[in-house]
Amino acid sequence: MTHSPSLNHHLTPTSDATAEAGRARYASLLGLLGVVLLASMGLSLSLGSFPTSFVEVLHSLAAPQDSDIAFIVWELRLPRLLLAVLVGAALAVAGAILQSMVRNPLASPDVIGITSGAALAAVAFLALFGTTLSIHWLPAAALAGALLAALLVFLLAWKGSVAPSRLVLVGIGLSAAMGAVTTLLIVISDDAAAMTAYVWLTGSLYATQWPDVLGMLPWLLVAVPLCLVYARHMDAMALGDAVAQGLGVNLLRSRLVLMACSVALAGAAVAFAGGLSFVGLIAPHIASRLVGRGFARLVPAAALVGALIVLYADLLGRVAFLPKDLPAGIFVSGVGAPFFVYLLHRTRYHRG
Amino acid sequence: MLNQRTSRVVGLLLGLMLVAAAFVASVMLGTTEIAWPTFLEALLHYDSSRVAHIILFTERLPRAVIAALVGASLAIAGALMQTLTRNPLASPSILGINAGAMFFVVIAVSLLPLHAPAEVVGAALLGAVVAACLVVVLSRGRHGELSPLRVVLAGVAVTAMFVSFSQGLLIIDRQGFESVLYWLAGSVSGRELSLVVPLLPLFAGALLLCALLVRHANALLLGDDMVKGLGIRAGTIKLLLGLAVILLAGSSVALAGMIGFVGLIVPHMARGLFGVDHRWLLPACALLGASLLLLADVASRFLMAPQDVPVGVMTALIGTPFFIHLARRKSA
Repeated sequence: MTHSPSLNHHLTPTSDATAEAGRARYASLLGLLGVVLLASMGLSLSLGSFPTSFVEVLHSLAAPQDSDIAFIVWELRLPRLLLAVLVGAALAVAGAILQSMVRNPLASPDVIGITSGAALAAVAFLALFGTTLSIHWLPAAALAGALLAALLVFLLAWKGSVAPSRLVLVGIGLSAAMGAVTTLLIVISDDAAAMTAYVWLTGSLYATQWPDVLGMLPWLLVAVPLCLVYARHMDAMALGDAVAQGLGVNLLRSRLVLMACSVALAGAAVAFAGGLSFVGLIAPHIASRLVGRGFARLVPAAALVGALIVLYADLLGRVAFLPKDLPAGIFVSGVGAPFFVYLLHRTRYHRG
Repeated sequence: MLNQRTSRVVGLLLGLMLVAAAFVASVMLGTTEIAWPTFLEALLHYDSSRVAHIILFTERLPRAVIAALVGASLAIAGALMQTLTRNPLASPSILGINAGAMFFVVIAVSLLPLHAPAEVVGAALLGAVVAACLVVVLSRGRHGELSPLRVVLAGVAVTAMFVSFSQGLLIIDRQGFESVLYWLAGSVSGRELSLVVPLLPLFAGALLLCALLVRHANALLLGDDMVKGLGIRAGTIKLLLGLAVILLAGSSVALAGMIGFVGLIVPHMARGLFGVDHRWLLPACALLGASLLLLADVASRFLMAPQDVPVGVMTALIGTPFFIHLARRKSA
């Protein structure tokens, strides 16, 4: 986005030299995150219960042939790895949108009911149709639940406009109620369905297949560019509604579009990977500690950080407790939190 | 909102009556119904050979006392947290209290041979205090000031860290999981009065602290500078109020486990009815929180009898419609 730096210029007068240095630093940081992500993907592909070397993996990636290693890499590890990256990026961007929009550091996709709606739909699906319908319909049910919940929060909070503060209050209330019904369903359903539901709620990428990856990809391809187009409006809204309107921002339309992006991203991610929503809370914070202000700068960095967190969480779940394959959700906070504490400690004298 | 002084007083009195009614209902209703005469008789002439009297004193009364105490404490702690962080999404768990308590309980049960209820309560209290202190240390700025943003971020980080440590331990030790699960789900039943008594000074101390600091809490709403006008540094006030939160929420979590919703939502309800002035807000929180948890606990015995529904579930189911109504009614 070329617009947002120019907006920043008007707001915080900085000399061209420092702006140039800031851009260079940002570009190198993004490049570094990208390289780390690629390297981590290579690492993740070569580790697993079946021993494979990095060279063998590269070889089978370059020239797929009929071998065990090719099967493991192409059909088991690669789709799972790609889904982890996509889901992490989607949740992080969804969280970044919400935190910027409602101007609350505690906001996450949970806050407007996305996660709890998806969880309720998924658990209801398992409890009611678990034996009659194929498990392949689970993502569709979860996605429908997420969208319905977000819509319901929106309608209940609507009073001629969408004030972020009211949206958040209605959202946490409705999330609490849906969470309660979810718990109730788990309590009354039989043990097997309850266990499946529990694993799903924790968030797992187990047994990912290519159709899942292809189902997740379009959401990101549409929503991420769209929210980048609106990045300038987001920065203006951060200064307050009056200033934003003065700068020519259509508050209602911008909020609706950005909110829709967030719902779509988080809803799809939760549908395919379950309750990993902690990524949506923590990744934007880590990213903003790294890159500073400006929504257009924040989004790519948050996406990379989110992808890295879920990648390592799933990798740990796969290989740390062999032969068990544990849900990635267990490790998401384990991977993200210590790093976040470190960042918080390091930046204690600079900001906030 | 209740604006007149008289209508607020009437509101609080109604709240007090609601608590009293809910308390009596909690003692009397259940699988074994205890009639009025039995109730009075047991209070006046306790007879240890009668089943109804035993049920009353070992099961019903502790349950009602804990529900009222925990509901009131969590709601007050939540209101103070929201004032301290100036964040409507804050709740006592943001100080890391729940996560710290959970981690220490998991350690006590799975690594150390501590299983007795009193030991678990002690471990939970210690964990809550340790985690909250960690959050305070991490969130202090250069001059020792507690900025709302840093408190929230540090709280999120510390919470996440303790939760993941606990989950890791629970995965390794599945049997520990079974025994901790009960505590994690949050419940006010199955505790004896002897567990409550040692914690009473903590509750009382915290309430005294709140009573002394209501005016300062009001000033905090207007900004740190306003507090200076009252003669005490804002940082000191925040630390003292934080201490009250730790005592209230830590003891509550230790007694009843993870009961969400009350600490987050009830302060909003009280604010919707009584406004932001802490002199009214805190008593309103106490009454609403206590009656909500008492009623939820009573309802949880009947919803799927003979199985008890987790009380946290009932709290959310009963409280949400009212809460959403309030959130909508408030002008933007």
